[in-house]
Amino acid sequence: MIEGIIVQTLVKGSVYALLALGFALIFGVARVLQLSHTAFYMLAAFGIYTFADLLGWSPVVSIILSIVITTGLGLLVYKLFIDRVREHHVTVMLITLAVAMVFQELMLIFFTGQYRSAPAFVTGYWEILGVKVAFQNLLVFVGAGVVLLIIWALLSKTRLGIAIRATAQDTEIANLMGINVSMILFTVMGIAAGLAAVAGVLVAPTLILEPRMLWPPFVMVMAIITLGGLGSVKGAVVGAFILALVEVLVVFLLPTGAFLKGAFALLVMVIVLIVRPEGLFGVVFEEERL
Amino acid sequence: MAIPGRLIALIFFVLLFLIPTFTQQPYILRMLIFANMFVIFAVSWDFVSGYTGQLNFGHALFFGVAAYATAMLNRGAPLGPHWPIWATIPIGALAAVVAGVAMCLPALRLRGPYLALVTLAFPLILLGVIFANTQFTGGELGISGIDRISDSRVTDYYISVVVMLVSVFIMWKLTDAQSGLVRTGIILHAIREDEIAARASGINTIRYKLFAFAVGGFFAGIAGAMYAHFLRIAGPSSLDLTLSFQAIIWTVFGGIVSIYGAVVGVYILYPLTESLRFISQFRMLIFAVIVILILLFMPEGIAVWIRDKIERQCPRCKLTNVSWRHTCRACSTDLY
Repeated sequence: MIEGIIVQTLVKGSVYALLALGFALIFGVARVLQLSHTAFYMLAAFGIYTFADLLGWSPVVSIILSIVITTGLGLLVYKLFIDRVREHHVTVMLITLAVAMVFQELMLIFFTGQYRSAPAFVTGYWEILGVKVAFQNLLVFVGAGVVLLIIWALLSKTRLGIAIRATAQDTEIANLMGINVSMILFTVMGIAAGLAAVAGVLVAPTLILEPRMLWPPFVMVMAIITLGGLGSVKGAVVGAFILALVEVLVVFLLPTGAFLKGAFALLVMVIVLIVRPEGLFGVVFEEERL
Repeated sequence: MAIPGRLIALIFFVLLFLIPTFTQQPYILRMLIFANMFVIFAVSWDFVSGYTGQLNFGHALFFGVAAYATAMLNRGAPLGPHWPIWATIPIGALAAVVAGVAMCLPALRLRGPYLALVTLAFPLILLGVIFANTQFTGGELGISGIDRISDSRVTDYYISVVVMLVSVFIMWKLTDAQSGLVRTGIILHAIREDEIAARASGINTIRYKLFAFAVGGFFAGIAGAMYAHFLRIAGPSSLDLTLSFQAIIWTVFGGIVSIYGAVVGVYILYPLTESLRFISQFRMLIFAVIVILILLFMPEGIAVWIRDKIERQCPRCKLTNVSWRHTCRACSTDLY
């Protein structure tokens, strides 16, 4: 059972980490809560379904196409809606929420609410410590790990990464130092939508697909980034694994766990916030302090 | 009646009372009854979040707690005796006040986006508890078969109108910054504008935030409890994320921090989305698109946008004037 818990936590945690990382990046850099984030995850999963199952294209082509299209949509949403109202926090939240609803309703019209499943990219399993780990789950874990490493390298080693971090620290000063802030925000939005798309693509074969699938991870991502500290990249990854562990433990140990897993994860978040209001790795900004 | 805004409000109230003399179609009356409940709900969100700046994303918590509390007491069976309506609705509202104060615990320490996300969590935690204890709560199906408020739909309608008007009036008075009677309006405005400055001026901000959450919770609770009795069922949809967001969308659509904005928002959007039922597939899509367009082109909200078109405040004596006057009606200052 312990092995099962570990494997499940690692797989779930890596998906949550991918989703939360993108969300934390946008918040950290642009200071906007982009609530349509998990809609891109849903769109990418449906992209895999469309290309690999309906059209029967090869997995590699489907993966690349899904990610590219979803990222493009993310950039479009940013340019059309978010960029204009970026300064108004409430408006951004509402508008991105409405965008998420638009995507969900459009997918409901095209695909209906029927449950669907996408074909696995790889079949078979390994026995690790007596637990059967499907290659698909292993692919989720390894894929997420590689992407997280790439993002880490991008943020810490490249000129673009330095520019992104500078913008996150102080937008106005970054602008004065000759960084094209609106271009950085645009890039970050692209990276975030891309991360959501990668998460969606990786888990699509392991999940039941339907347009409303964006809400359960939506709530989890909110809890994770609040727990880790809004805008903290490290916090997003650590928080993802903590809450994934809580969720898996509740499902394994409690009889009615499937209903309570979300409640427990959120409870952990509330408790952490009461003890430490800025989250685990959060930074308190002067204007946000009480 | 020199001010068109007040004239419009008066005409609206009179029309509300006259509607049953024009039509007694059950469908229309039922829709308006629910609209009245949602008006209280949206206005109470405006009271908690708009006026104090404490962004509450889980307002459905109050609505749902009250709905479930009143339904459980009224149904009786597994949990003690059957309680009559006149007791269950106030108890439901008080349960929502307790929930509001409990929610305040983190609210007093957090602000901005953090608070929004934490408040988002509360109704979802409760929803998990409800699904896990189906023998008390009925799980997915909810608690059905609770009493009606009255036997005729017209009486129901008048009760809902009166409760709505009284609740909105009380909340409007409590938030009126120019009121000579109560100080809460100007204090809540001060907390929203600059909390540190308000505290430095000797205002116990924590007490007033607690007050805002309790009052908002009370009125949202009344809406939730009455809604449960009108619908005769209390289900998990009363705690849903969508309900919380609808309160925000109605209020922002009409105009945040204005009380009457929330009323206008509900009375425009709720019948609109209801009447779109015949193309139910596109209902939420149209709703979302309207919200996006309003937010992009009238970020102040539609009621405030219209008010600014027809009214103008005198720069000297702060008296409200019709916008087509050139001089103030009291002090005859030039308005341009």
